[in-house]
Amino acid sequence: MIATETKPTVQSAYRGFKDGVWRESIDVRDFIQQNYTPYEGTAEFLSGPTAKTLSVWNTLEKDYLSVERKQRVYDVDTHTPADIDAFKPGYINTDDNVIVGLQTDVPLKRAMMPNGGWRMVETALNEAGKEADPEVRKIFTRYRKTHNDGVFDIYTPRIRAARSSHIITGLPDAYGRGRIIGDYRRVALYGIDHLIAEKKRDKDRYIDQPFSEHWARYREEISEQIKALKKLLTLGHSYGFDLSQPAETAHEAVQWTYLAYLASVKSQDGAAMSFGRLSAFFDIYFERDLNEGTLTEEGAQEIIDALVTKLRIVRFLRTEAYDQIFSGDPYWATWSDAGFGDDGRPMVTRTSFRLLQTLRNLGPAPEPNITIFWNKNLPLGYREFCAAISIETSAIQYESDEHIRSHWGDDAAIACCVSPMKVGKQMQLFGARVNAAKSLLYAINGGRDEVSGKQIVPGYEPIKGDGPLEFEEVWQKYDDMLTWVVGTYVEALNIIHYCHDRYAYEAVEMALHDSEITRTMGCGIAGLSIVADSLSAIRYARVTPIRDETGLVVDYKTEGSYPVYGNDDDRADELAKLVVKTVMDKIRAIKLYRDAIPTQSILTITSNVVYGKATGAFPSGHEAGTPFSPGANPENGRDTHGMLASMFSVGKISYDDALDGISLTNTITPQALGQNKQERVSNLVGILDAGMQEGLYHANINVLNKETLEDAVDHPEQYPNLTVRVSGYAVNFVKLTREQQLDVISRTFHKGA
Amino acid sequence: MTACLQPADESNAVPPVPASLPPRQAEPEPRDFREGRAGFLHSWDMVTAVNGPGTRLTYFLAGCPLRCQYCHNPDTFCQDQAEQVWTEDLIRRVRRYRSSFLLTGGGLTLSGGEPLLQPAFAGRLLHSAHEMGVHTCLDTSGFLGALADDQMLEDIDLVLLDLKAGDEALYHQVTTQTLAPTLAFGQRLADQHKPVWIRFVLVPGLTDRPDNIRAVALRAASWPNVERVDVLPFHQMGRHKWETLDIPYQLADTPEATREQVEQAVAVFRSLGLNCPD
Repeated sequence: MIATETKPTVQSAYRGFKDGVWRESIDVRDFIQQNYTPYEGTAEFLSGPTAKTLSVWNTLEKDYLSVERKQRVYDVDTHTPADIDAFKPGYINTDDNVIVGLQTDVPLKRAMMPNGGWRMVETALNEAGKEADPEVRKIFTRYRKTHNDGVFDIYTPRIRAARSSHIITGLPDAYGRGRIIGDYRRVALYGIDHLIAEKKRDKDRYIDQPFSEHWARYREEISEQIKALKKLLTLGHSYGFDLSQPAETAHEAVQWTYLAYLASVKSQDGAAMSFGRLSAFFDIYFERDLNEGTLTEEGAQEIIDALVTKLRIVRFLRTEAYDQIFSGDPYWATWSDAGFGDDGRPMVTRTSFRLLQTLRNLGPAPEPNITIFWNKNLPLGYREFCAAISIETSAIQYESDEHIRSHWGDDAAIACCVSPMKVGKQMQLFGARVNAAKSLLYAINGGRDEVSGKQIVPGYEPIKGDGPLEFEEVWQKYDDMLTWVVGTYVEALNIIHYCHDRYAYEAVEMALHDSEITRTMGCGIAGLSIVADSLSAIRYARVTPIRDETGLVVDYKTEGSYPVYGNDDDRADELAKLVVKTVMDKIRAIKLYRDAIPTQSILTITSNVVYGKATGAFPSGHEAGTPFSPGANPENGRDTHGMLASMFSVGKISYDDALDGISLTNTITPQALGQNKQERVSNLVGILDAGMQEGLYHANINVLNKETLEDAVDHPEQYPNLTVRVSGYAVNFVKLTREQQLDVISRTFHKGA
Repeated sequence: MTACLQPADESNAVPPVPASLPPRQAEPEPRDFREGRAGFLHSWDMVTAVNGPGTRLTYFLAGCPLRCQYCHNPDTFCQDQAEQVWTEDLIRRVRRYRSSFLLTGGGLTLSGGEPLLQPAFAGRLLHSAHEMGVHTCLDTSGFLGALADDQMLEDIDLVLLDLKAGDEALYHQVTTQTLAPTLAFGQRLADQHKPVWIRFVLVPGLTDRPDNIRAVALRAASWPNVERVDVLPFHQMGRHKWETLDIPYQLADTPEATREQVEQAVAVFRSLGLNCPD
């Protein structure tokens, strides 16, 4: 398909659409609510892949993906710093003409994005076997200051100490922060000319106010946004499309939207570059074309398959150290779907089914990160189709529609794994996470690091004596220590986001936001289950510290039994809840950059392995140097009363204390779900319904046998597409490091009795 | 959330600590066990697709009069290691999960061990669940079926009846006990039109003789209230428990039942008109 010959007009672009507020101001949500058609049926109408879809996918697999799997990085352009319009158009093969556009001129070829920091780029180049271009190096080390340079100019001694002792790890101080979702739909619905006109009006809205830094930043940022929109126009032209006007057809709506997303992944390498909430939006265009007789179901599926193909091959230049924290080359092209509208209609459309169908038509894959806003009142046909695809592919995650809608409305989407935001109206200042478990050991040791023995935190008294630990004393010291840890952590985040806005501003993503938006500060903690179990052991059993010759507590002797988090036992679960609330209250007490709303997530990505490595032994018996369980999961293997009991425990953590999301990754064997396919489907639907009814926020669902994973460790070549959900996202299992593979295998596999 | 976990209002106040445990209940006395106010519990689990339909809260009651060679929970044979629990605490958990059972199509299952070894305890649990409208299921060998009074049967929606062998000699070899009480219980359930799922464990070299499979199938087919038969392949997942408990395990070298063996057995049941799920 090629660009339309005549310039579309607003009248023809909006033919058949119901008017509303969306015609007066930029309001994609209103457009969707006025025009979408819920679908209550089953998956029967769906089409398989077309010959063209398979041709493109097979070329990709044969010539690119299989090569990349062998050598980690397919190729890198070492001369051209990335930008929206930096590369010539590229295609996968001659059949690649449905939804087009690549990040660079060749599939999987990665681009440098040095605004985050030059050292990261150069390390990644070297690890990919490439030499840096001296000219580019000179530009980004002599002439152009980076985000990373800015941050380290400002960092305080206590932040440096906390970073080097690994109590805080993975901060976005040398890479793009991500977790910003441009409202890419705006380009399709309004066209860029209109968006630029609106931005120009916004820019001068406060022109009569006296100078202030805030005022100047506002005008400068909008100017940057307008420049980015102009580049997006150029990008469209290079692929033969005129994005200045609204899309006229379903094909154009998808293509326009994708190009807007493409502009963002061409210019930013944020950790998570999520796609938004698109199915109902696209579906309106599909329904119109289907009704007008210009599109068939096969054609509609081909468009979605082509889009998903493109969303599967986004690549960023990353270092191996980065892979430790965000393993498996993820970019979180998270696509949020389903849920309910505020008016009580389900936001499930035929396109919601088409999206899931891509996992059959193209085979399982981790991206896009398909995220279902689950609600027990969604149409049964859809819930069962989700469950069936989960059982086949382990590629879907579920989040509570009720939690998200009640806090963020019915046009919210997930950025990354579990972070909800109103699309185009809200962004997050991403904050990685702090090691809440190690903080407990610091509390006991008075700020001495249990691994190195160094005094990291000054001015704190350790627990003395050789007797059993007293809960009240430990809690008091933990609370004190968290004040220092959280204070240091949030100080670092304020600095980081101040610099990110200055040196690595996300112009095109922010151009697709309202000019005045809500910001949240997405803090996070790691090691929740260990803290809960350790506090429980101290509270309900007898825990005696074991000291080395310098008096440092390096291990614990625990006698007697105690309740364990993850088994729906209030005594332990309330401790987990208390820790989350305590940390949150400390974040709330600190002034945040750009008046962000304080939030936190209980999510670890794959940093549960690095966090564990840098942390000592615990009263719960968690051994020094071993991986934490992911996110808010109970300790691996200790949630012994079934998947639902585990969900009920996690569901007790108050969402109001973790508005950025509470992640639970579940693995269940197929046999434990039922004896046959239909039983498994309806049982999984029931488990999700029941878990979320009891307050659960998030559920990754893996339906796998441990033996399959063990075999894949030894014979990776036989499992190129084995997908597992690790912590708010999915990965190709064979792309994980061996250490991370073993961590996944050591997690709880619910087997029933 | 318990009041003791509320945070203090002032940031400089002494941080909150979970206060004392809920007051410790008294240890149950023999009379409490006799009258079913307390019981011996091995464990509990939320189990899907195994002990009846949907996701079920399954209480594994401790103690069993049988000594099945293939038992995969030999740690439930005896009560001396079991937890002594108050019935009311167990009922509280049923109440908490009631709305989940509606969503999963599940309910309460009493398993074991042999739940009928503690009939008063089992009866109170089943009665309370039944009163709440929770679907109830009894997973039993039927050997102590005579201890289930009519009130208890009233309170049960589904019986999972283990038919371990088709004749007395083999039944005794498998379980060390007699088959007649199970058959009598099965007949009583049939007379009362109580829904029953028959479970038959296929153990290579022990229960897999064609004449035994046929005998079990004939028994099952003679009861019109049998809704379904599950042929469960013998597996070795319980072996380590026997070793840990240091009880001689006669099936250490027995292979697990294959898919083909199970399918052959299923065919026999189906040929008599019985419903075996895929």
